[in-house]
Amino acid sequence: MDPIKQDGSAAVNGRKRAMELLAKASTEELQAGWQAIKAKPKVHAVRGPESGLVMVRGRIGGGGDAFNLGEATVSRATVRLGSGEIGHGQLLGNDRERARLAAVFDALRQRPDHRQAVDALVDAVESRVAAEDRKRAEQTAATRVDFFTMVRGDD
Amino acid sequence: MYVAVKGGETAIANAHRLLADRRRGDRSLPAISIDQIVAQLGLAVDRVMAEASLYDRELAALAVRQARGDMIEAIFILRAYRTTLPRFGLSVPIDTGRMKIERRVSATYKDLPGGQLLGATFDYTHRLLDPSLLADEPVADPVRKQADESAMMRVSDILADEGLIEADGRLPEDHVPGDLTREPLEFPLDRDLRLQALARGDEGFLLALAYSTQRGYARTHPFVGEVRIGDVEVELDMPELGFAVSLGRIQVTECQMVNQFKGSANNPPQFTRGYGLVFGQSERKAMAMSLVDRALRAEEFGEDIVAPAQDEEFVISHSDNVQATGFVEHLKLPHYVDFQAELDLVRRMRAEYDAKSDGNDVREAAE
Repeated sequence: MDPIKQDGSAAVNGRKRAMELLAKASTEELQAGWQAIKAKPKVHAVRGPESGLVMVRGRIGGGGDAFNLGEATVSRATVRLGSGEIGHGQLLGNDRERARLAAVFDALRQRPDHRQAVDALVDAVESRVAAEDRKRAEQTAATRVDFFTMVRGDD
Repeated sequence: MYVAVKGGETAIANAHRLLADRRRGDRSLPAISIDQIVAQLGLAVDRVMAEASLYDRELAALAVRQARGDMIEAIFILRAYRTTLPRFGLSVPIDTGRMKIERRVSATYKDLPGGQLLGATFDYTHRLLDPSLLADEPVADPVRKQADESAMMRVSDILADEGLIEADGRLPEDHVPGDLTREPLEFPLDRDLRLQALARGDEGFLLALAYSTQRGYARTHPFVGEVRIGDVEVELDMPELGFAVSLGRIQVTECQMVNQFKGSANNPPQFTRGYGLVFGQSERKAMAMSLVDRALRAEEFGEDIVAPAQDEEFVISHSDNVQATGFVEHLKLPHYVDFQAELDLVRRMRAEYDAKSDGNDVREAAE
């Protein structure tokens, strides 16, 4: 692969990962992240924050063709920093302020001077989510059935 | 016939004020919070989300509280709220193969890869009332064990390698998934639209139909290939970015029902399938849905349509409890003019009847 493309897809992957973790960040995490930013840029609302719906699709039989399962509430926002960067935030639920903050961090992450702070926040969210997932997986694993065969006294 | 009648405004306002009072109940008790409903009445919340066809735990809990625990009323309220929101888009289809599993059991394979994970289940409880729940006794933390967090294969994939089970459902190449919230239903339906209707269908109605198939009204010889419950990511394509991003996770319950084989001159015999997918944790609903899905495929498999569960128009037209309750409950609204007309008619019929039988009496007396 040519290096420019590779860089491009790495940048896309980095942004995608950050956006997805920002969608999982709690209000407290986002607000703390915002407080931690010293030189706060001006933030202009471009779209929203607003709430709406996404039609969630499933697949027939689990892996077949798509069908419409039902809708979910979604909140989204688009912001522009004073320096011009556009950020998008979108997440499940009705919490428009969370969506706005997620958009702010998506925009901040595009600025080299803020990249590190945003990535620190994103990494922290990732480890919290991973820890919660592990805990739940371990609780489920404890309910795994270990079958054993009864020895019949036939003789 | 409906006629505008005035005069009920004060009575209605006072009735709603009384409703608010009764809903709150004894003021010396703490009010129940939305968080408490989400956390401690989670399966009620899940049912409301599934049948309202709107995934939002907080709003569903609010609806449960507002409806005083009346599930269909709560579903109605949430369904109505849904119509006030714009739709931003369609998700990428969720991938239940990458589910964060909380429960997964199979009745067909004891030792399937990934194992039988019971999760938080009512199964194997003795269904005895638990007096410890009368008080707020402390609850022990769950046991934890080393977990295998890799993706868990679907049970339908195990037999698929041998071609012994039908593939996941396919529709024609150019088929666009139907959406019953956008276009009125026209029978016959494709399977995608049926599944959308069943996913929001009334749990009790689908349960009864599913049960009817087991009792012999369109028997399908079912086995639970697999039930799995857990979280899946909901991804949305972002045209402004050129890639899809996850918006977060939702919990779903999926049931793969494996049914007795079909074959023909062209197709070797293989197991057929029914599919159930429901918002939240509800394996009863997912199982019932998969049984009804299979029964409704009768025509596809050349089966005789002899039972209610196979009758698509009957099942789908009556599965929506918001529609059903609307039409049944409207009967209690004023029908004064209707009834006056009927009363007038029956009086005239009675007068004619009486006149005729008076005549008979006279004749009988004369004879």
